[in-house]
Amino acid sequence: MNRFDYVRPATVAEAVAAAAQPGSAYLAAGTNLLDLMKGGVMRPARLVDLARVPGLDVIEALPDGGVRIGARVRNSDLAYDPGFARRFPAVAEALLSGASAQLRNAATVGGNLLQRTRCAYFYDPASACNKREPGAGCDARDGENRLHAVLGWSEQCIATHPSDFCVPLVALGAVVEIEGKAGRREVPLEEFHCLPGSTPERESVLAPGELIVAVRLPGEAASFAGHARYVKLRERTSYAFAVVSAAAGLRLVDGAIAEARLALGGVAAKPWRVPEAEAVLRGVRPGAEAFRRAAEAALSEAQPSGDNAFKIELARRILVRALTLAAAGTPERLPALPASPHAPHPGVSLHG
Amino acid sequence: MAELASSAAHVRHGSSIGQPLTRRDGLLKVTGQARYAADNHPPGMLHAALAVSSVARGRVTGLDLEAARAHPGVVAVMTPENRPALAQDPDEKAGPFVFRMELLQDDTVRYVGQPVAVVIAETLEAATEGAALLAPRYATEPVSTGLEDGEAFVPPAVGVGAPAEVRHGDVEAGLVAAARRVEAVYETPAQYHNAMEPHAVVAAWEGDRLFIDTPSQGLAMAVGRVAGLFGIPPENIEIRSPFLGGGFGSKGAISGPQVLGILAAKLVGRPVKLVLKRDQMYGPVGHRAPTRQTLRLGVDGEGALTALHHHVRTTSSRYDDFFEPSGSVSHTLYASPAIATTSDAVRLDTGTPIFMRAPGEASGSIALEGAIDEMAAACGMDPLEFRLRNYAEVEPTSGKPFSSKALRECYAQGAESFGWSGRPLAPRQMRDEDGLLVGWGVGTATFPALMMHGQARAVLRRDGSGLIETGAHDMGQGAWTAFAQIAADSLALPINQVEFRAGHSGLPDAGIAGGSAHTATAGMAIHGAGADAIARLAELAMADQRSPLFGAGNAGVVAREGRLVRRDDESRGESYAEILARAGLDEIEGRGTGAADQAAQQHYAMHAHGAVFAEVKVDPELGQIRATRLVGAFAAGRIINPRLVRSQYYGGMIWGVSFALHEAAVVDRRTGRVMNANLGEYHVPVNADVPSLEAILVDEVDPHVNALGIKGVGEIGITGSAGAVANAVWHATGVRVRRFPIAIEALLGQP
Amino acid sequence: MSLSITLTVNAVPRTIALDDPRVTLLDLLRERLDLTGTKKGCDRGQCGACTVLVDGRRVNSCLALAASLDGAEVLTIEGLAEGEVPHPVQAAFIEHDAFQCGFCTPGQIMSAVGLIREAQAGDDPERVREAMSGNLCRCGAYKGITEAVLEAQRRMVANAEEKAA
Repeated sequence: MNRFDYVRPATVAEAVAAAAQPGSAYLAAGTNLLDLMKGGVMRPARLVDLARVPGLDVIEALPDGGVRIGARVRNSDLAYDPGFARRFPAVAEALLSGASAQLRNAATVGGNLLQRTRCAYFYDPASACNKREPGAGCDARDGENRLHAVLGWSEQCIATHPSDFCVPLVALGAVVEIEGKAGRREVPLEEFHCLPGSTPERESVLAPGELIVAVRLPGEAASFAGHARYVKLRERTSYAFAVVSAAAGLRLVDGAIAEARLALGGVAAKPWRVPEAEAVLRGVRPGAEAFRRAAEAALSEAQPSGDNAFKIELARRILVRALTLAAAGTPERLPALPASPHAPHPGVSLHG
Repeated sequence: MAELASSAAHVRHGSSIGQPLTRRDGLLKVTGQARYAADNHPPGMLHAALAVSSVARGRVTGLDLEAARAHPGVVAVMTPENRPALAQDPDEKAGPFVFRMELLQDDTVRYVGQPVAVVIAETLEAATEGAALLAPRYATEPVSTGLEDGEAFVPPAVGVGAPAEVRHGDVEAGLVAAARRVEAVYETPAQYHNAMEPHAVVAAWEGDRLFIDTPSQGLAMAVGRVAGLFGIPPENIEIRSPFLGGGFGSKGAISGPQVLGILAAKLVGRPVKLVLKRDQMYGPVGHRAPTRQTLRLGVDGEGALTALHHHVRTTSSRYDDFFEPSGSVSHTLYASPAIATTSDAVRLDTGTPIFMRAPGEASGSIALEGAIDEMAAACGMDPLEFRLRNYAEVEPTSGKPFSSKALRECYAQGAESFGWSGRPLAPRQMRDEDGLLVGWGVGTATFPALMMHGQARAVLRRDGSGLIETGAHDMGQGAWTAFAQIAADSLALPINQVEFRAGHSGLPDAGIAGGSAHTATAGMAIHGAGADAIARLAELAMADQRSPLFGAGNAGVVAREGRLVRRDDESRGESYAEILARAGLDEIEGRGTGAADQAAQQHYAMHAHGAVFAEVKVDPELGQIRATRLVGAFAAGRIINPRLVRSQYYGGMIWGVSFALHEAAVVDRRTGRVMNANLGEYHVPVNADVPSLEAILVDEVDPHVNALGIKGVGEIGITGSAGAVANAVWHATGVRVRRFPIAIEALLGQP
Repeated sequence: MSLSITLTVNAVPRTIALDDPRVTLLDLLRERLDLTGTKKGCDRGQCGACTVLVDGRRVNSCLALAASLDGAEVLTIEGLAEGEVPHPVQAAFIEHDAFQCGFCTPGQIMSAVGLIREAQAGDDPERVREAMSGNLCRCGAYKGITEAVLEAQRRMVANAEEKAA
């Protein structure tokens, strides 16, 4: 880890001012940043520690029934907040399927949005990576890439965004509150992360020095609470990143789908909301055939970026699964193995 | 180290062997007081960090020494230019198990992760960053990274000097004559030991005396190697290794990085600590080589094997030899009139592979058990019934009788506990209440009952207590406890009257802790040393007219609870203390040796056996697998401590699950880099991966392996388990996956 | 640069001068405060061997900058026992043979203590297994670990009820 200046501002304004200096990075819990620094992937000249900035660790109910989540709220505090988990169960389930209890106790909401890809070539300073070093090339493109992107990738970058949390968030229309030198602005989460294109080093719309201060879920997002699930496919039962994942929320009226919310994880450089699939489901009755049509629509543009064609079909299937579980109804209590295909799903019979 | 603070429960007087004592080192381990190598911090100590190569083959052409030296806190940078001289070329091959190591002898790079410099600094932070700042530059050469690369050759020997080819009967004729044949190719990946404790060394020189804290599975060998390299007498070297944070073979021979720590201490003239970073454990400290195994089986109309050919393609490094002996399981497990095992290998630009828990047996077992399962299915037979049909009454390739073999009982007890009889013959027949596919599989476990060479010293003291010393190694298997139990019985003392010393190179050589042979080897040495001390004490007493044992004659005296008594009248006797006091002695000493009985080995085949039954659940659409239930029944001779032995079996079974479902190095074929050189993406099982385990200890008395009847339990649990899990995946899904670990995409074919 | 922080470590308040902001809580404990019970298995938040409680919550001490924890309360394995009396989790680990090599054990135990405080898993073994999955054990002592956590939790509840009665 390189040496760095360490500053600990007392207000958001001080933080933003401190981070305006080139080479600065915000430090929240550090669960991703320190990992990257230890690997020599990031070498910030100055860390702006948010530990003392007040007001960033609050979960606040909004008049419209929505919620405003401070950027420094810990993952586990949010997931275990009874009011939050009841109104946004798929978000809680996604949070609890991520990382480990220890990491969730430390990692923050803002940090989760900004976590970097797990692409091994990004993590390996000896490999060529356009994200790490613009113009260097992409060693993943012809490398070990069975877990890389199948949507929205470019020749310059085939990395995926590793977040679980962001998947239901994007499905539910979350909004990111950002503070910068020019003041506060808001960006829908769906527009927050950037696809790689020819500038994979640019991962979000944040300008240098800008700070996420909160994430907001609108009140209508809670209307999916009765039929909302997150499903995550992993190569071990827990403590693993998603191969693919999906969040599904349904608002059912008289047995038909009034509105559907769908997003995929592990398939692209951003949490991948699929409005075209949501549209397929609007007004139809939930069922295997409709779910499959929605899944086909969701993946219609998908292309393997390497040895990963299987992820396309897997993504379709996990969307169908998430929809099936959501249609069956959110369980009273989150399963013992959150988001796992190996969690029992009482009352659901997917398989006839 | 001194005797451990005892936390043992259930202490009983009399026979300690066989008691399920809790670990004597338990309290130290649960309170954080157990001192592992990296926990040492001698005064004046500096920290060292390795800079390692990111290319697999070539030369280092430049290092940014200035940047590293300029970093605050950096004291020195060790490179080939200034590395202290060694008395021996680290590439000299003094014997087949003296492995070549990279000790900055030149600028050559032969694998990714090879140390190319060492930075020594006042703080860990400075040393680590100093190493990063060296940013090596290279001249690279083309690399070989996979089983397809390069020309295959037949190695002179595989494993520990075993022949690369074994032929018994005429396999080709057996295949021609067969009513049914199966040919299948199984692939296993490169695996890394990943002990939780990274290799670490704290080295301090005092003149030409050397003090080392480092984890070692072979203290005497390590002393010998270090003495040779540094040209100092072995008695000048003290290695302390009271606890290993896991070894699994990777701490058998001292590794290059450990020696580099010693060199760094010599360079700077101060104590130095060097601890590998996790990613640095994917290069210089060994791995299990990948294999591609071709199994050809034939059976007659009754399902009896007519031929078994097991061919193994494996890899070694370009510069040294170790060949994964995967064919060995086929020598012993199933009866067949014709058996052949053959091996060839290619050389890759990797670190040298080495022993990894059940070397050969683990990789060979998963392939053999798969092929056997395939043949059972082809015959329409229950896989357990098929295994019983081909039960080996004698060792097939040698024709020797087994010294003992309770495998039938293992099959029976395991099957009963598991509920095997309810298993449908055809695959893809079972679902749970949530619709997950359920499958059951079986595998046979086997591991040779080996013995190394070890020694121990016993002392009976005037205060009535005893002492046993042997340089044994506790890697987690429970040496501190099991050996204390043997020690207590060897001296006929209650366990709390016996001090047991181990884990230090100054003690008698206990032999290497490997090959599941440590308990038998050091145990027999302890047994012998205790008996020797008792015999000497008895001689004293029998020659003394004042003793009630006077003239008791040969074998007329037995030891009981700190007393010697007449065999013909146990009421007549006296305590050890009384005998020593009258003789005016403070103590009396005995010596013992543990080694294989050559004559018995000529007559008998010696193996532990077991049967493992596994249940898996597979998501029918998504392919995610979970090993939901394992039952293993094992027969391994005398069990010293059933509590600890169960733990060994559980651990082995989890390694089997991992082999079948989880762990593999992902190697970039262009560069030879392990792209998942971390514990986040090199998946070893987590707690949630193994919801239900049962280990059954099947009674087995073996009068031939050694006087204690011990066979060894450390490695057998992987064998059988890996195959059972893989076979269960087939039974759940109907898909036979022959490449491990079984990938999700392999199961997506049939929604 | 040098900065001074205060930490309460195992109930003892300490003022610590840090000459280097890079020092993690783990390296602070191990290399500067001689509290080597907490282990470094991966240094990247991927194994759990370094688990300690910070302000009552289990975290990976390898991924926490010491400087950032100024004012925090840290509990490590060395501070768990009440004098000579092992904590119920420690006792249960011995009884259930919930470790072999012992290297991951301090982290497992601190994680278990944190898990019991979180009170989310209840007496459901599956929830305990999931909640303990952030602590790798290469020896494979998971069965004993799960049993030990459940038993320690029962014992702690019983002890608390006894005290209350």
